[in-house]
Amino acid sequence: MSNGSAFLGLPAFPGAAREAVGNAQLRHNLRKATHTIRSKRAAVVGELDDWEELRAAGKAVKDHTLRHLDHYLVRLEEAVTAAGGHVHWAADADEANRIVTELVRATGGHDVVKVKSMATQEIGLNEALEAEGIRAYETDLAELIVQLGDDRPSHILVPAIHRNRSEIREIFLREMAAWGEPAPDDLTDEPRVLAEAARRHLRKRFLTAQVAVSGANFMVAETGTLVVVESEGNGRMCLTLPETLISVVGIEKVVPTWQDLAVFLQLLPRSSTGERMNPYTSMWTGVAPSDGPRNFHLVLLDNGRSRVLADEVGRQTLRCIRCSACLNVCPVYERAGGHAYGSVYPGPIGAILTPQLRGTTSELDASLPYASTLCGACYEVCPVAIDIPEVLVHLREQVVEGGGHRAERAAMKAAGWIFADPARLARVQRVAGRARRIVPRRLPGPGAAWTDTRDLPVPPEQSFRDWWAAERGRPTTPRSNP
Amino acid sequence: MRIALFITCFNDTMFPETGKSVVRLLRRLGHEVDFPYAQTCCGQMHFNTGYRNEARGIARSFVETFAPYDAVVTPSGSCAAMVREQYPVLVGGAAPATAAGFAEAVGAVAPRVYELSEFLVDVLRVRDVGASFPHTVAYHPTCHSLRSLGVGDRPLRLLRAVRGLRLVALPRADECCGFGGTFAVKNAETSAAMGRDKAAAVLESGAQVLCAGDNSCLMHIGGVMSRQHAGVRVMHLADILASTGPHPELDTFPSGDLAAR
Repeated sequence: MSNGSAFLGLPAFPGAAREAVGNAQLRHNLRKATHTIRSKRAAVVGELDDWEELRAAGKAVKDHTLRHLDHYLVRLEEAVTAAGGHVHWAADADEANRIVTELVRATGGHDVVKVKSMATQEIGLNEALEAEGIRAYETDLAELIVQLGDDRPSHILVPAIHRNRSEIREIFLREMAAWGEPAPDDLTDEPRVLAEAARRHLRKRFLTAQVAVSGANFMVAETGTLVVVESEGNGRMCLTLPETLISVVGIEKVVPTWQDLAVFLQLLPRSSTGERMNPYTSMWTGVAPSDGPRNFHLVLLDNGRSRVLADEVGRQTLRCIRCSACLNVCPVYERAGGHAYGSVYPGPIGAILTPQLRGTTSELDASLPYASTLCGACYEVCPVAIDIPEVLVHLREQVVEGGGHRAERAAMKAAGWIFADPARLARVQRVAGRARRIVPRRLPGPGAAWTDTRDLPVPPEQSFRDWWAAERGRPTTPRSNP
Repeated sequence: MRIALFITCFNDTMFPETGKSVVRLLRRLGHEVDFPYAQTCCGQMHFNTGYRNEARGIARSFVETFAPYDAVVTPSGSCAAMVREQYPVLVGGAAPATAAGFAEAVGAVAPRVYELSEFLVDVLRVRDVGASFPHTVAYHPTCHSLRSLGVGDRPLRLLRAVRGLRLVALPRADECCGFGGTFAVKNAETSAAMGRDKAAAVLESGAQVLCAGDNSCLMHIGGVMSRQHAGVRVMHLADILASTGPHPELDTFPSGDLAAR
């Protein structure tokens, strides 16, 4: 690390973001996609007179549930078990991966189809299965693009948002054959044609799959019902056709009743895809004798969530329903892209969720709370009113308490010392005023972070306080702290 | 009414003219303003960077300094938001021995701190401040004045009443400019990318002058535009409202495309 970056505590996010900012194609793809969803969301949210009440209800339901999480999880377990399902508790990623691997092995299968799921990406399930000789096939269109492209998702809702259609065509032509049904030779980059190629590729997979792995958007405690909300119908294929269904779900996804669920089924589509109603909402309760999977396993995942719940400021993060509205309005996400966040959870929600789930010991995770201007656009659109700027500042405190950046700490201490005494501040200002003529246009060291891209104004000859004192005398005696 | 000016450390050091404009403007409206010399900073930089204890120390001095006044006016939406929105948060972690006194002081002082446009519109109840500024102006609502304080259209109402001023719409006005305090240097490339997009919107607007209620954001956007030789100036709202005639230096710039108006 150079002296300059050491002074500023330049960590991992800025470096990753730098690459994205310099990639014109990526910037174009991201801007176009986020602005489109952003306007769609604004239009459909604007239609509802009671949006703020709905938002407050969503927040209240989640807060209540989180406060009594132990109670509702036990109720959920009882209801799922009563409906013929099996519930497994996983404290962390390793345990969850082990449980799923053993369940798949017990079926004798070596392939699983997957419903788009953030939780299974969070725990690295595909990689864990791969290591045990089990291949996981992503069936969500965007996740398929990411998987075929040996890529990483960069958006919660639109994982391949960083790809445009001509890039997708290339990926399909190059990679589909290795994963099953190849893409037709005459594939064009028309969305309809690309979707048809994906449809053919996936169809055979659905019809032969014995095991499916999913997450869930919600779990209803009173009946043990799981809910998956999606747009393509591919999720429903996975949830209904295979013999065995394994759902890996974060413990914060539980809601007490169907009435509570109704609130979120209004909040989620409008916030995420900008639709009034969600196209495919699949709900299942345990197993049914002549319909759907014969075996259903629910893996309840903690993986750091209990720790987040223990933090009075940070726990509001667990209200998140993964709608991604905060990503679509975030000016930093729009420029830096999703990969810079180094986690399956990008954007503003990722900047607060990842450091809480993983801690802030790595350079990357410690940099995430600073990946924001605190502009507040995310909080404004959040359907469950997570005050993301508040949590960001809270996490910055944790980074500082954990040692922070030595030079930054020294600079902050020095600034605090100057601000503790107005006479001291006046002396510093006079020095700056005298140095005004020798300030170079491009600053060396840490100052270059500013002057590389922006001109710096010349400090004035006289500070306001010196002007006032010269004009009027000092109205009050300055305090002087020793 | 005893009115105090909270100049902010940043304006005090870098943009004293804005403070002088506030004094001139309020005097023109018949109000004397005091400058309590003991003031330094609101503590926002420390608070937002994660140095809460240091911020609390600064906040203690602030409420002590401004306690004797009926109203505190500041030419910064960001610093006004820090005092009004975050000082109550700082009360939370104060040492038990002093918490009660600090809470009381914050409760008394924080609600009396106003950003300039709030003070003019809500407290002094003026819209026409008697200014003249015959130039083309676009207004950028800074994030903290827009979302934390909720100043709404107060600055626009004030600007619309300025003689000769042609107000043009700023495209994508509610998007952050990318300054963000230490963000501007910690994430310099992303910050600059946002600043360049904001500068592009300013050029699109056809304005000669970009106006805002925070010199920090203006220094960033202005720094980008100056580096681009964009030919557009940045000016604080106070400087425009204090103005009583044309600024000849602005006439050297083309007035731009007014179609966006």
